[in-house]
Amino acid sequence: MSAAPPWWPWAALVGLGCFHGVNPAMGWLFAVALGLHRQSRKAVALSWFPIALGHAGAVALTVSAALAFGLVLDHARLSRAAATVLIGWAAWHAIRGHHRPLRIGMRTGLAGLALWSFLMSSAHGAGLMLIPVVLPLCLAASPSGRLTAAGSLPLALAALGVHTAAMLATMTVISVLVYDRVGLAFLRSGWVNLDLIWVVALAVCGAILLLA
Amino acid sequence: MPMWRPDPSFYPSPRMAMKAPPEKFAFVASFDPTRRQPDALAVVDVDPASSRYSQIVGSVEMPNTGDELHHFGWNACSSCLCPNAPHPHVERRYLVVPGLRSSRIHILDTKPDPRNPQLVKTIEPDEIADKTGYTRPHTVHCGPGGVYVTALGNAEGKAPGGIFLMDHESFEPLGRWEVDRGPQLLGYDAWWHLGYDTMVTSEWGTPDTFENGLVPEILLGSKYGRRLHFWDFTKRRHLQAIDFGEEHQLVFELRPAHDPTRAYGFVNCVVSLKDLSSSIWVWHREGERWAVRKIIEIPAEAADPEQLPPMLKDFKAVPPLVTDIDLSMDDRFLYVACWGTGELRQYDVSDPFAAKLTGTVRIGGIVSRAGHPAAKNGALNGGPQMVEISRDGRRVYFTNSLYGVIDEQFYPDGIDGWMVKLDAGPDGGIVFDPRFFIDWPKNRRPHQIRLDGGDCSSDSYCYP
Repeated sequence: MSAAPPWWPWAALVGLGCFHGVNPAMGWLFAVALGLHRQSRKAVALSWFPIALGHAGAVALTVSAALAFGLVLDHARLSRAAATVLIGWAAWHAIRGHHRPLRIGMRTGLAGLALWSFLMSSAHGAGLMLIPVVLPLCLAASPSGRLTAAGSLPLALAALGVHTAAMLATMTVISVLVYDRVGLAFLRSGWVNLDLIWVVALAVCGAILLLA
Repeated sequence: MPMWRPDPSFYPSPRMAMKAPPEKFAFVASFDPTRRQPDALAVVDVDPASSRYSQIVGSVEMPNTGDELHHFGWNACSSCLCPNAPHPHVERRYLVVPGLRSSRIHILDTKPDPRNPQLVKTIEPDEIADKTGYTRPHTVHCGPGGVYVTALGNAEGKAPGGIFLMDHESFEPLGRWEVDRGPQLLGYDAWWHLGYDTMVTSEWGTPDTFENGLVPEILLGSKYGRRLHFWDFTKRRHLQAIDFGEEHQLVFELRPAHDPTRAYGFVNCVVSLKDLSSSIWVWHREGERWAVRKIIEIPAEAADPEQLPPMLKDFKAVPPLVTDIDLSMDDRFLYVACWGTGELRQYDVSDPFAAKLTGTVRIGGIVSRAGHPAAKNGALNGGPQMVEISRDGRRVYFTNSLYGVIDEQFYPDGIDGWMVKLDAGPDGGIVFDPRFFIDWPKNRRPHQIRLDGGDCSSDSYCYP
């Protein structure tokens, strides 16, 4: 890792933010649908923030859990544990990932939308994908080579902010484009199976942790 | 296997679904009223360019006898594109085919060859009763979160009937749908307004009140179903019941507007105890509640008692017995099947509160026994019953049997099955397709029709 330039984790966080934002199942499509139902562009825009908030909440929960374990486990064991969870999640996602009960409907308010986004992001393991980026970032900043709460918190928050901003920006651009110009017909062929890519991404992130 | 792109038969909105390519096959439930040989799912060629147009080109027998195949549906449909519960890469491939009498559910794979669907799974009644608490599965709808199946009886064959969920790929019965059923006891049909998070259900009766035929005392005592129930679709809680009143019996088929932003739908009431008329009602939003209004009343036709079955002789009239309705994809035309008088009507319901009659054909009927241009034997029995409309609204198919034991109550000499097709004009008007008359094989009777790729009662949509 020492050869990697210092900006790579930030680029990776932005990249993952775009990857999450581009997935219709992560919220931009819900924003467009609510706009269409209420015949209001404002309804599209109002939806972005609870969706981003729910996503950030799910990511924050996972990453802070990983960092909390990092305070008590040594680096190698933490990586192995996190890698196991990631690969296990990939397997679960591949087999059962699309089986989710209907909890939030089309009349939902902003709080329901945030809850929906939190549940979708959690079930998709969105936060898990960030662990291979955030862990090294926090470790690199620690002179002792061990995670500390004081050292990790600001970096982790910054990482969350960068990731969520990238996700929000991607969602904003796509939902405006689709609502204003493209329309939904392209979904019929354009909605490729991002869940398959997602499974691969989770597994690759797990492998990176194991090998790093 | 997961797919890379969404199933091509999924459409985000009903407007887009109207541009779907025309159907090539129709799947038709075909049952033996004597329960001596297995029921079957028949496959009809509906491609006008085919040399076997309007013929039964395939038939899959069920493994048992006495199922009474009735209604059925797809494992997945356009609602898989919904933003809140997306499953876009599931295939519309399997037909979920319940036996209404046996409570057995068959899963048929239509993909390898739609002319010859393969039975890939049979779910026995005990498993369904154990896992869901229900029996007598009726309506099947693919929807957000799985396959929804209505049931007319509980595990003991009594009230309450309700709804259970099945997984849309493994077909495992997942359990009862209702969390809080409130005052709802009787089950029959169910459908929803995805844009309003609302489930609507209707009522018939418990199995002991119809499995040996309609019971006159129960009917005349107004003890069959006459209520609509409205539910919170995501919380699965009963919200409101609307009673149509003592005069109205058998409130059956639910046809909500396809456009998810329209909060109204249509339901048929089979018979009025006052004058034997049938009626169509619209349900709609009134403030924060749902309300209903009668929009169409179809009167009984005076008849010579000599021509009437024993059950109707005293009334000296033939009731229209509207037992099925279907709404076109653009929510513009409502088709109304008058099984008693042998009439199929088309109404323009662009304004749902001001229906205009735009077309009518006669075929069969208790008294009229009207023929068909392509029928060899002239007088036909049975009447228009299960109706299905192509997604573009230009073709309308229907069959003539209602339910084994009830067929005999109104058509005492039995029903010779047939299936016909109408051509519908873009702005209304219906005529028989003179090339399309299927004289159904004598040992079985046809009931519900499903069209390959979807039809007007198979799919629901999350986008306007």
